Amino acid sequence: MKITERKVGEVTVLDLSGKITIGLGDVAVRDAVQTALAAGARKILLNMEEVSTIDSAGVGELVAAFTRVTNRGGQMRLVTLPPKVNDILQITQLITVFEIFDTEEEGLAAFASES
Amino acid sequence: MELKCALTVASQFENIELVQLVLDDVLARKGVEEEGRHWVSVAIREALANAIKHGTGQDSDKSVQVEMALENSHVLISVRDQGEGFDPSTLEDPLAPENLLKPTGRGVFYMRQLMDAVEFRPRSDKPGMEVLLKKNLGSPASGGSTQVSKEGVLDENH
Repeated sequence: MKITERKVGEVTVLDLSGKITIGLGDVAVRDAVQTALAAGARKILLNMEEVSTIDSAGVGELVAAFTRVTNRGGQMRLVTLPPKVNDILQITQLITVFEIFDTEEEGLAAFASES
Repeated sequence: MELKCALTVASQFENIELVQLVLDDVLARKGVEEEGRHWVSVAIREALANAIKHGTGQDSDKSVQVEMALENSHVLISVRDQGEGFDPSTLEDPLAPENLLKPTGRGVFYMRQLMDAVEFRPRSDKPGMEVLLKKNLGSPASGGSTQVSKEGVLDENH
């Protein structure tokens, strides 16, 4: 799992690449979101385009990150979910919990419309 | 029996990758297409993660045994650990509103959604738990498919 952070205006974009799975990617996602929050980020966009696999631990980490960001008054959104990652979130009905957008532009626009 | 393979690995998360790669390669060589292999792999990963985390407490001195048999289009996978086991009927429903935002408790649910049958039972050979995963992949040439509906309920196309 590789995670790259970049800023687009007020939004912190985390580009995730690889597997979000137990013992590896799940920890990386936790650390990246934690680091962004510690640096003051409150608008966080997870770009999932290059995520190849996610398991229940990875899903749990997304849920935990979502809760952590929300509890700090922030917002976390997901964009460009590969079909199989989308299916995994669909199975546990988390598609109804997360705010998910097809493209990064749409996700950024949603943040902008609330500013 | 068309094929049978067995692996024993130390109880470490890193070995999930190894087992998944080997079993995926075996299924690919038997003509199972990527779609079918992917969902079986997800279920295997969950079973292994449970065995390593809960079954052996990530004690790398302990081991996890995996066996896979493929007969016609039916795949049967057994994952055995050395733990005390658990009662799967006590697991909470991860779709219940009060559980939706919990960070854990989805692994067995994914296994059950992705496979045709999932059975937990005590090992017959020594102390420990065994989970059996079964799935009809349809014609190996087609790989079978698992479709997710909007409601999150799986439809099987064989």
